[in-house]
Amino acid sequence: MAGIVGYGAYVPRNRIKTEEIARQWGKDPGTIRRGLLLEEKSVPGLDEDTITISVAAARDAIERAGIDPKKIGAVYIGSESHPYAVKPSGTVLIEALGIGPEVHVADFEFACKAGTEAMFVALGLVESGRVEYALGIGADTSQGAPNDALEFSASAGGAAYLFGTKDPLVEVLETFSYTSDTPDFWRREGEFYPRHGGRFTGEPAYFKHVLSATRGILGKSGLKPADFRFAVFHMPNGKFPLEAGRSLGFQKGQLETGWVVNTMGNTYSGSSPTGLAAILDVAEPGDKILLTSFGSGAGSDSFVLRATKLLVERRGRGRTVRSMLDGPRRYLTYGEYAKFREKIIVNE
Amino acid sequence: MREVAIVAAGMSRFGELWDLSLRDLFATAALEAMEKAGADHIDALYVGNMSAGKFVGQEHLGPLMAEAIGLSGVAAGRVESACASGGLALRAGFAEVASGMSDLVLAAGVEKMTDGADVTEVLATAADQELEAYHGVTFPGLYAMIARAHMQAFGTTEEDLAWVSVKNHRHGALNPKAQFRREIKVEDVLRSALVAEPLRLLHCSPVSDGAAAVLLCPLDQARKYTDRPVKLLASGVATSSMSLAGRADPAFLDAVQRSAERAYKMAGIGPGDVQVAEVHDCFAIAEICCLEALGLVERGKGNQAARSGMTALGGRIPVNTSGGLKSKGHPVGATGIAQAIEIFEQLRDEAGERQVQKARIGLAQNMGGSGASSVTHILGRV
Repeated sequence: MAGIVGYGAYVPRNRIKTEEIARQWGKDPGTIRRGLLLEEKSVPGLDEDTITISVAAARDAIERAGIDPKKIGAVYIGSESHPYAVKPSGTVLIEALGIGPEVHVADFEFACKAGTEAMFVALGLVESGRVEYALGIGADTSQGAPNDALEFSASAGGAAYLFGTKDPLVEVLETFSYTSDTPDFWRREGEFYPRHGGRFTGEPAYFKHVLSATRGILGKSGLKPADFRFAVFHMPNGKFPLEAGRSLGFQKGQLETGWVVNTMGNTYSGSSPTGLAAILDVAEPGDKILLTSFGSGAGSDSFVLRATKLLVERRGRGRTVRSMLDGPRRYLTYGEYAKFREKIIVNE
Repeated sequence: MREVAIVAAGMSRFGELWDLSLRDLFATAALEAMEKAGADHIDALYVGNMSAGKFVGQEHLGPLMAEAIGLSGVAAGRVESACASGGLALRAGFAEVASGMSDLVLAAGVEKMTDGADVTEVLATAADQELEAYHGVTFPGLYAMIARAHMQAFGTTEEDLAWVSVKNHRHGALNPKAQFRREIKVEDVLRSALVAEPLRLLHCSPVSDGAAAVLLCPLDQARKYTDRPVKLLASGVATSSMSLAGRADPAFLDAVQRSAERAYKMAGIGPGDVQVAEVHDCFAIAEICCLEALGLVERGKGNQAARSGMTALGGRIPVNTSGGLKSKGHPVGATGIAQAIEIFEQLRDEAGERQVQKARIGLAQNMGGSGASSVTHILGRV
């Protein structure tokens, strides 16, 4: 059975607190913390981007798999913030990690579900036998316009999943996708920041797709919420994934391990993949895990996964998500944040 | 003039109705009204609408809406007076039936506000562009200035404003068609985000989609359509300076006063005869100022009306039993008709948990801009 043979995640160490952003714009931090359940978010350093995040995460994935990187036949990076509009992120990554050049590489885009999209295609290629190993990555240095609600959540990080058919750490039992033309959030070519339809991003977009994909995969697999030890949903803010989980019949205990958004923020394409990595850091053999992503535009990919004995043996070879979220952090002022995110206009 | 009755009403839900377009909303309300009356035709259609052109890029609503309800060919047109467009459409229908020009007229209002337009900018077109909007002031800004003026003149507080929202949410919680069917507390209002000091989010009506329609005919023909017609006793329209700066007193809505005086005179009643009222609470301060201008309370005492319970259900004159614009929602062009529908239902004992016992005379007051236009209708039980 095809599955995940290695995984890794990366979250930059810079942070900015909700209070600091709220203070800048004269907003009430308490309202945002209570309303969106966001305490702080990660911020990329000046030398960090989707490529460096992907490399850092993929390095741990290869380490945990213990395979020769030359055996990787496909590399897909899903992101909303590929550093180049034209020129792939994946080519830099394969050079950095010693993959290829006999490898298929592509960059994916589907708002916040580009990461699970990459995972979905990577899985399909190894299942079909077309390639031996395939890497699917979701990573972002998310954009959010200053003084937009998104500024409190848009953060940086990502996770990488190496798929193969031999020695999986996690088996993939089922997948399901649900997609429709729902324009809730978009960014046109040449624009710095995405635009969104406010509450339209909620009920008809996020909830409709997340709930439909999850109900679809539960129906297809014949499983019910109680069969899972863990579940993770895309985390645009703290509130939405908990609401989605609750309305599907999941308990708080199943949701909290992958719910990393309150201190990480929304890493867009990296959001639910990083939540999954936090779950794999602690899951026991036999545990079933549900993952449902969401990307605006809109669609959701859902996966039913089961941890194997090998996961427990191998996971110590890489960093845990919590070690990065709770480990050494550097807190930025809004001014430093504005500089790091290149929001300050300077002369060339 | 002939005596005129409302014989049927139809109304969509109010709220963020993602699945309903401008014409869907209109058809929902219009067809409900016609079906209730068992009417298979109308002689004329008036569509109250503030700004479909800017909200969804659609003008020329007369033929569009006539076609939407399968009545292409009928006399139809759009009526506009900013947020008082619905009230003015009702007035136009009233005049058409009263004059004898038509026997069966549909007066409707519709607005689709959540389709991506910059709502603040669209609404600001109801202010004086040269004297106000170009300087950057928005509607929350204008009503904030009215609130400040009222605070200065009469010691009105943020908490007084909060009580208006609390009362209207209490009423709206009982209205199945309201956008926000939940109660709120004074503390919730005072903790909500500042929009334009001293107005907070929960002092402000929401952005809404919705439509409402009423069917009018001569009173002596009303029994063909219903056994409980409600008589339109009077209609008063008035205007004032477009810009706040052009008014003698920014804390006093003189157009509202004039529209009410005209309506009272036409009906042959005074404010003391009104037993239930819907007034234009686009912001909490607006309800306070409207009560004063309508003569329902003494000038300067509007700030105590909600707090004391006088305007709550069970009080001396229940105001905005529908939930008002604050809780029921404010699809601007539909609001004036929706207000009249609440009074229509009250006078037919159809308001359910919101029913005001034994009400015989009710008033609906609809306002445009920062009070530059006002339409007051008085309805009576037959």
